[in-house]
Amino acid sequence: MTTLLFTDVHLIDPEAGAVTHGALLVKDGVIAGHGAELSVPEDAQVIDGHGKYLAPGIVDIGVKVCEPGERHKESFKSAGQAAAAGGVTTMVTRPDTAPAIDSPETLEFVTRRANEVAPVNVVPMAALTKGRQGREMTEIGFLLDAGAVAFTDCDHVISDNKVLSRALSYARSLNALVMGHPQDPGLSEGAAVTSGKFASLRGLPAVSPMAERMGIDRDIALLEMTGAKYHFDQITTARALPALERAKKNGLDVTAGTSIHHLTLNEFDVADYRTFFKVKPPLRSEDDRIAIVEALRHGLIDTISSFHTPQDEESKRLPYEEAASGAVGLETLLPAALRLYHSGDLTLPQLFRAMALNPAKRFGLPGGRLGNGAPADLVLFDPDAPFILDRFTLHSKSKNTPFDGQRMQGKVLATYVGGVAVFGGN
Amino acid sequence: MTFTQKHLLGIEPLHPSEITAVMDLADQYVALNRREVKRSDALAGLTQINMFFENSTRTQASFELAGMRLGADVMNMAMQASSIKKGETLIDTALTLNAMHPDLLVVRHPHSGAVDLLAQKVNCAVLNAGDGRHEHPTQALLDALTIRRAKGRLHRLNIAICGDIAHSRVARSNLILLGKMENRVRLVGPPTLMPAQIDQFGVEVYHDMEEGLKDVDVVMMLRLQKERMDGGFIPSEREYYHRYGLDAEKLAVAKPDAIVMHPGPMNRGVEIDGTIADDINRSVIQEQVEMGVAVRMAAMDLLARNLRDARAGKEVMA
Repeated sequence: MTTLLFTDVHLIDPEAGAVTHGALLVKDGVIAGHGAELSVPEDAQVIDGHGKYLAPGIVDIGVKVCEPGERHKESFKSAGQAAAAGGVTTMVTRPDTAPAIDSPETLEFVTRRANEVAPVNVVPMAALTKGRQGREMTEIGFLLDAGAVAFTDCDHVISDNKVLSRALSYARSLNALVMGHPQDPGLSEGAAVTSGKFASLRGLPAVSPMAERMGIDRDIALLEMTGAKYHFDQITTARALPALERAKKNGLDVTAGTSIHHLTLNEFDVADYRTFFKVKPPLRSEDDRIAIVEALRHGLIDTISSFHTPQDEESKRLPYEEAASGAVGLETLLPAALRLYHSGDLTLPQLFRAMALNPAKRFGLPGGRLGNGAPADLVLFDPDAPFILDRFTLHSKSKNTPFDGQRMQGKVLATYVGGVAVFGGN
Repeated sequence: MTFTQKHLLGIEPLHPSEITAVMDLADQYVALNRREVKRSDALAGLTQINMFFENSTRTQASFELAGMRLGADVMNMAMQASSIKKGETLIDTALTLNAMHPDLLVVRHPHSGAVDLLAQKVNCAVLNAGDGRHEHPTQALLDALTIRRAKGRLHRLNIAICGDIAHSRVARSNLILLGKMENRVRLVGPPTLMPAQIDQFGVEVYHDMEEGLKDVDVVMMLRLQKERMDGGFIPSEREYYHRYGLDAEKLAVAKPDAIVMHPGPMNRGVEIDGTIADDINRSVIQEQVEMGVAVRMAAMDLLARNLRDARAGKEVMA
């Protein structure tokens, strides 16, 4: 393997919480040293960073790749290319495919397909219950052996507390991570937007933000009961935060994430029924958005993900209530997150702690760091480069991004996985 | 300022002077409709298609009559029985119809925003005849005209809208219109039938009928839809009638000359007492139906003028 030397780069080290100017050495696919006083091997390929920024590659939790079932919406190849173009070096994939990834056999299919065609790391999650039906737990042990890094029924909330408590207890015995979607299923049924002035004006079926708080309260009670290792996929409302804070203080093994869309958009962006802004849970009020940004800054919320959810034109070109939920996000995660940097809300190390270090740590993955011995999964980017997003330039098969036509700042120059350039780099 | 809209999708985009323009023209059509020969050629040669994705007798008949009296070729499409049952999407239906070169498209749809979506895909004037819980602009305009004719003005009135506000597009369009025209709007009904944060719309919210009706000039009752009664929104029909049904006793706290309105069809004995509805000194429910035809004639006439101007390449004055 070759040796790479990045020179004249700003290194974003989320572990140290610092940005330093210097160089970084990569040997045999792992990081072998940094600083200004590196001794440069003879055979090193030198990459002049021209003062741009080098950070650990993004670890995106909860990416939906529509294999098996709906490959016309997204395949491992197209999602992998989108990830590489977006600086995402590891995709943690969701099991809400058709059929659901709920058996070692389907999981092996996914792993094989991913290894064949995706240029970035792919680690799969598996369903917690069979068919995501909320009735019987999956073969958690076998699935762990087959490579599942976490268990989740995604947006299907397991409403039967007995089923969920048993699944959590069983997962606990195997030290398996469970990811849950905090939401009261009764209150949120049929909802297209968050209740409030906007929903009332548009006459759309709405869910109270309290449904998230009820979901988190219920889950926390079950975690106290079972001691399971748990990650809330998306916390999006201010009212859910005190419960999360208490659970962490009480020593429960719990972490929480949020989505880039809830961090950078609010309910009013839906405007005249723009279905590309329909996500699940629905976009929240501006007060909620600000509270979530604040919670990220204080580390109460641990991770930021894109919740990449490809939907074809047909499923979005419908009246708002009938349109499918979800937005693609692999390629827009970094420039959208940089809005929070440019606005002064979060620093670059804070952003990469939430997008790389924390998700890698929580999901037991080696990336997310710049320390010696870490895999050379890296993204070289210019945080200031401006552009207007044209959705048809995205690598994803589906183009359902809410950022279409918007002004963005921040371009990926090159993405490396294990020291090999998978995007740019020439 | 004249009426500059390309479509009539809701009250929200309208300027107060545009609302007045529709009402002024509608007044002329009221006079026409009372003549023996009810004919104009304002829409002569134009094709009007009524697409109702949701059952309606009254509104559809009103639009049909309005188009016919203005000389348009009117076609009704019962969308419930048609291709949507075969899986055709709304946009495909719109494009198919668009290829037949209609000039005015009147659309009712059970989903909020569906008419906006359709309007983006066609190149004719679209009138929203009710979309989900969003808006029903011609109903609000006909209510406004009814009030203006009964009260002599459409500003500085105390108006109570009562009943199922949450599920009512009529209530939404009305409260926006009445607010734009600088009236005091009160919403009266049980909290389960109030939309979230509705108090932020510049209205006063009451859960008690007699408090809400005190000294109002206009009492606007809404229809309680039968399907709401099974949804756990109210305990029972009889308790609803007792607490929120309009009867002589509750009406007594309103101004002595207060008028009573209802968009129809009425549930007598659920939201309104039959004798109140029939009281010709108080109820303007029949006038509302009459104004409905005139307002729809006016709205279609104004939209058709803008359509012709746009086709002739003229800029519609903004």
